[in-house]
Amino acid sequence: MDIFLQQIINGLVQGSIYALVALGYTMVYGIMGLINFAHGEVVMIGALISITVTSTLAAAGMPLGLAGLFGLVAAMLTCMALGWSLERIAYRPLRGSPRLTPLITAIGMSIVLQNLAMIFWGRNYMTFPPLLPKVNFEFAGTHFTLVQVVIVLLSAALMAGLVFLVYRTKLGMAMRATAQNPAVASLMGVNINRVIASAFVIGSALAAVAGVMVGSYYEIAHYQMGFMLGLKAFTAAVLGGIGNLAGAMAGGILLGIIEALGAGYIGDFTGGFLGSHYQDIFAFVVLIVVLMFKPSGLFGEKTGDRA
Amino acid sequence: MQAKLSVVALSVAAAFALSACGQKDAPAPVAAPAAPEAKPEIVVKLGHVAPMTGPQAHLGKDNESGALLAVEELNAQGLEIGGAKVKFQLVSEDDQADPKQGTIVAQKLIDAKVNGVVGHLNSGTTIPASKLYFDAGLPQVSPSATNPKYTQQGFKTAFRVMANDIQQGKVLGEFAAKQGVKTVAIIDDRTAYGQGLADEFRKAAEAAGLKVVANEYTNDKATDFKAILTKIKSTKAELVFYGGMDAQGGPLVKQMKDLGIKAKFLGGDGVCTPEFMKLGGPAADGEYCSLPGVPLEQLAKGPEFKSKFEAKFGYQIQLYAPNAYDAVMVIADSMKRAGSVEPAAYLPEIAKTKMEGVSGNIEFDQFGDLTSGAITLYQYQGGALNYVETLGGAPVAPAAEAPAAPTAPAAPVEEKK
Repeated sequence: MDIFLQQIINGLVQGSIYALVALGYTMVYGIMGLINFAHGEVVMIGALISITVTSTLAAAGMPLGLAGLFGLVAAMLTCMALGWSLERIAYRPLRGSPRLTPLITAIGMSIVLQNLAMIFWGRNYMTFPPLLPKVNFEFAGTHFTLVQVVIVLLSAALMAGLVFLVYRTKLGMAMRATAQNPAVASLMGVNINRVIASAFVIGSALAAVAGVMVGSYYEIAHYQMGFMLGLKAFTAAVLGGIGNLAGAMAGGILLGIIEALGAGYIGDFTGGFLGSHYQDIFAFVVLIVVLMFKPSGLFGEKTGDRA
Repeated sequence: MQAKLSVVALSVAAAFALSACGQKDAPAPVAAPAAPEAKPEIVVKLGHVAPMTGPQAHLGKDNESGALLAVEELNAQGLEIGGAKVKFQLVSEDDQADPKQGTIVAQKLIDAKVNGVVGHLNSGTTIPASKLYFDAGLPQVSPSATNPKYTQQGFKTAFRVMANDIQQGKVLGEFAAKQGVKTVAIIDDRTAYGQGLADEFRKAAEAAGLKVVANEYTNDKATDFKAILTKIKSTKAELVFYGGMDAQGGPLVKQMKDLGIKAKFLGGDGVCTPEFMKLGGPAADGEYCSLPGVPLEQLAKGPEFKSKFEAKFGYQIQLYAPNAYDAVMVIADSMKRAGSVEPAAYLPEIAKTKMEGVSGNIEFDQFGDLTSGAITLYQYQGGALNYVETLGGAPVAPAAEAPAAPTAPAAPVEEKK
């Protein structure tokens, strides 16, 4: 039982990160119907920026906690600027073109960002300075660390903040209006360009936080770390119903838990026929099954009210 | 066969510093012109292949220097083979650690009608090139390719003077048993290297009476191992063996401690690097890993070779120079016994080699592997690798049981061996 509980905890932490990244996919999709495949790379850039800033400041004598905070802020600002530029340079000129064009552009941007990061930070793995003290908790036979607790709580807080923003603020209302019908929204005086740009900026800020989380959780960062994470988060968004905020969160956490349980138990269930190297495949098997029976995702609605 | 980034990184610095202070660019055919002799002289050309450019250039240079030292010593001895005086000449080629380039230079050496080949350095280049040498009937002795496949293709021309990954897996399995543990869990990264090493470890561990309670798998890009580690925790394994590289092994050993797993950790050469210690941090302290070969200080002829090498070249041995030296000596010794420098004539003699090289005893089994490939165990301590002990490998397993998949180079430039 404690092992089962431990796998749930493992999945919950991993799932919170997926959920945070999935929000970025789902917001952009909800508003403009674009799947921003470069989003995983924004997470990676966030992690690498925060490493560089944190270790530079820490080397200059700043206490690690404070340096980490600066690193986080720097990562968020850089990623917000990056998200804004991506939209302005790569996607806005293609607005109104067939849907495939911006999709391929997004894949292209993902490759460009990866290669830029490789040139800038090199091919080697980088170690992430431990931002939080190493505290281990033991509860009912399960083990978890302070970092894990912070990841789950911070993700929950950020998601709550995003829901508040979308449903209780003027910008949020403009976002929902644009999602429903961009043409009508603009006739009503909504500045579509600003709304779309702010979706990218907010999503990228969340991605930066996710990057710092992933980095400090595994204490490792690399220019390719964003690719698989982005793919999983995209899967989570589709699983929950892409375009739906609650769906992205539920999808992320569900995916994390399915993966952990899958890797932990598949060997026992199949008598060793399938092993834990099928861990990554779970994400995609689940995706295919959901799309077969409920193409709009678990929380997806057939029409309207996206974002 | 796999990456040893850290060693590479360390030695790059050294190599750069050294090459900066006045190296005259070793010319391809290297051999001091001997004084004119009354007797007719035969020139024996030996090919040497290693990456001489790129990130592993310092290792290639190291091998070449080892081979060069052997050639010059042989020439100074005034060796006679079949009644004629011979002069050895080293023809050095650069394969850039690239499998494609490896076959190109192999063909070049065959066309140049060399009498034998020392190389290549990497498994990834050695294996494809070995086919060409076999077809040409040209004896090949690799100083440092460890992938078992190299000698298991049925090529009678392929030899190596270093322990292979099968031998390493065996030593690790026996070492695990000596740690006083009863149950082990095995994780591998499903690459040819990781899977091969893990399979060999499993066989040896079971033979030594250990119970394998979990076989788990990951991949060479993973960062999260908590799910498989949690499962391992439930089996109460007392030791976790990892077949894979340092970039995964470091986070893995860290996550073991996070989950409160008290089991020991053990790994092969892929994690026996400073990079592993950097990524694993204090979690790695006190755990063990292995590297093929013996520390030079432990060998009868080692310290003498070391001082000769440093006196001649003015820089330190990087890694495999002693093995490259031995590879040349194995070829020369076989020619002497055969009384001929012709590949077809002296090839059968290589298999009968019995000599004490600077890197240890050299005797081949029917595949061309060392019968007693030595493996050295190290312990991680405070960010350093401390020598523990050296264990001689036992005879290799039959070819049928060996992993047949070739090394898939993960990076454009394959690292070491």
